[in-house]
Amino acid sequence: MDILKFITAGSVDDGKSTLIGRLLYDSEAILVDQLEALHASNRKNDDGSIDLAILTDGLKAEREQGITIDVAYKYFETDKRKFIIADAPGHIQYTRNMVTGASNAGLAIILIDARKGVIEQTTRHSFLVSLLQIQQVVVAVNKMDMVDYSEDVFNRIVADYKVLAGKVGLKNVTYIPVSALKGDNIVYPSAKISWYTGDSLLTHLENVELEVDDTSAHARLPVQWVVRPQTDELHDYRGYAGRVSSGSFRVNDKVTILPSGFSSTISKIEFYDKAPQEAIAGMSVTVHLADNIDISRGDIIVNSAGQPQLSNLIEADLCWMDTRPLDPSLTYLVQHNTKTIRCKISEVLYKVNINTLEKDYIEDFKLNDIGRIVIKTAEPLAFDPYQLNKANGGAIIIDSRTNVTVGALMLRQAVD
Amino acid sequence: MSKYRLDYLDELEAEAIYILREVAGQFEKPALLFSGGKDSITLVHLALKAFRPGKFPFPLVHIDTGHNFEETITYRDDMIARIGEKLIVGHVQDSIDEGKVIEQKGKNASRNALQTVTLLDTIAKHQFDACIGGARRDEEKARAKERIFSVRDEFGQWDPKRQRPELWNIYNGKIHKGENVRVFPISNWTELDVWNYIRRENIALPTIYFAHQRDCITRNGQLMAASPFLNMDADDKIENKNVRFRTVGDMTCTAAVESYAFEIDDIIHEIASSKISERGARMDDKVSEAAMEDRKKGGYF
Repeated sequence: MDILKFITAGSVDDGKSTLIGRLLYDSEAILVDQLEALHASNRKNDDGSIDLAILTDGLKAEREQGITIDVAYKYFETDKRKFIIADAPGHIQYTRNMVTGASNAGLAIILIDARKGVIEQTTRHSFLVSLLQIQQVVVAVNKMDMVDYSEDVFNRIVADYKVLAGKVGLKNVTYIPVSALKGDNIVYPSAKISWYTGDSLLTHLENVELEVDDTSAHARLPVQWVVRPQTDELHDYRGYAGRVSSGSFRVNDKVTILPSGFSSTISKIEFYDKAPQEAIAGMSVTVHLADNIDISRGDIIVNSAGQPQLSNLIEADLCWMDTRPLDPSLTYLVQHNTKTIRCKISEVLYKVNINTLEKDYIEDFKLNDIGRIVIKTAEPLAFDPYQLNKANGGAIIIDSRTNVTVGALMLRQAVD
Repeated sequence: MSKYRLDYLDELEAEAIYILREVAGQFEKPALLFSGGKDSITLVHLALKAFRPGKFPFPLVHIDTGHNFEETITYRDDMIARIGEKLIVGHVQDSIDEGKVIEQKGKNASRNALQTVTLLDTIAKHQFDACIGGARRDEEKARAKERIFSVRDEFGQWDPKRQRPELWNIYNGKIHKGENVRVFPISNWTELDVWNYIRRENIALPTIYFAHQRDCITRNGQLMAASPFLNMDADDKIENKNVRFRTVGDMTCTAAVESYAFEIDDIIHEIASSKISERGARMDDKVSEAAMEDRKKGGYF
């Protein structure tokens, strides 16, 4: 059994909370004491049924304001798969929260209100899903009960969305007509939508295939920690501990250490009391090399046959996440894998109006702004383009005055 | 490219080990908060996998309310002897003796709330800049929004509105002097995941997790272990029951459930079919709807 992490993009008005509540409720992921709290609540739907949106209610601060201000994580499972939902708010002022939730998602559910069709926020959400390179997309056309479960309405929205998907570059899109309020096609197929022959939302989530890049050429292991017991019996023991971020390593593979550029061979892969022959993406292991090389945290071990780019001047997409605007005169910190070094945003190329996808040639970068920039780093970064390798292409910017994470970077290419 | 190959327990394990190693790499003086409960026992097991054959780059810290189950302390001391790592104990009794906190009175008196002060004092005394804990996001809705690296100010406070964005698997551990970070490596595990992992890895647990006979009284609809720490009066009727505990906390606030789950397989079966959430058996969460959120803001783990 594996884990699928997904994000739901939509606003309260689209029935996002109801959809998540319905998924949890119908898949019996709600426990009695939570259910009691649900029944005890004064909030009910117009027809007197339980308001499932309460299940996603979070903090007191949020309830007081009646909004979601942050990403909430929900967990449920079926016989086929375990699920982690990143429930992020959909309004434009919370773009950074959606970007945060999207960064770890393998699938995105984009909610469309059947009465409204493809609107401005659909464009925005789809752009973000594409920017963060989420592998699978489900367009859930919700509130089908409000449009008499009309096939025509659904088909029109699908046709409109296909145009948008082409524009923002989304592949692997699945369309499902649903009513979260009535429970149609969420967990169980609906008799009222008999013209739809595809899977219900949950069945789709259970069966959709996720891919992982396990080709040896893309093997990357950022070194987190050097294990050196320095005891009498383990005097010469030197293991490089880290999590394989992409690709796969095998014993005897020729590897290169970056940024230094030294080469060696993997002599042993260790995992506690085991010595596997192979370590694939996602595994936390300890690697031994045949040669004595000076390696420390911040270095990255890669397969010599497929090396990343190495540069200190990099074009990247940037999402700004702080209330203080970007200041190009300031020195920030960039954290990429296990390396944190000084940097500057040396050039703002353009910003994207994420509602219309038009480019704005304005230099100021404020909270929730997204655009393309050039970053200059104090030392070269060994990175892969984010579109090809999310694990080695993402980075964050930290304001060294406040220590707060102020930007998300999707690295694109070295600038000559 | 091929189909994803890691089993869910392997993925959760690898993620937790990665987080533990990030703590080791990013902080000067980290600590692992050890309660004697199954979640922190799981953390210790994960730390063995992350750092052996080397030593842990942090001590274990236990905040002892003085009202612990005896079985927990026995387990703790046996475990420390077995793994050979350093243990630091902060005593709530010391905080009481120093006048920093005042012992609660009355029937529902508990030292649970007092331990926050002892925890913050212990962090300050040893200047810990990161404290690893076994909290999980599925426990409670305030936890569901907490980061894996959760920054606390010098008063130990959690501010949900000022949380840092946390993207991909990049954890920003930069802090100012006096601040510290609470780190939750098993954030993404559910209660059942922890149990399945304990079974798979064959991890030993304190005996109170398994069904046993115990004298109990019923308080506010919950079964509590009869003990000298519980302020009992004539109304309290002691009954001997077959019980076990789903969490291990202070004896005054951890409720038992009637159970005949003597083996781990029984427990997993019981939880999988259970209809009461784990924290439903914690009296301390029952005070108000926002109980956990309020306590976390005050520095509680």
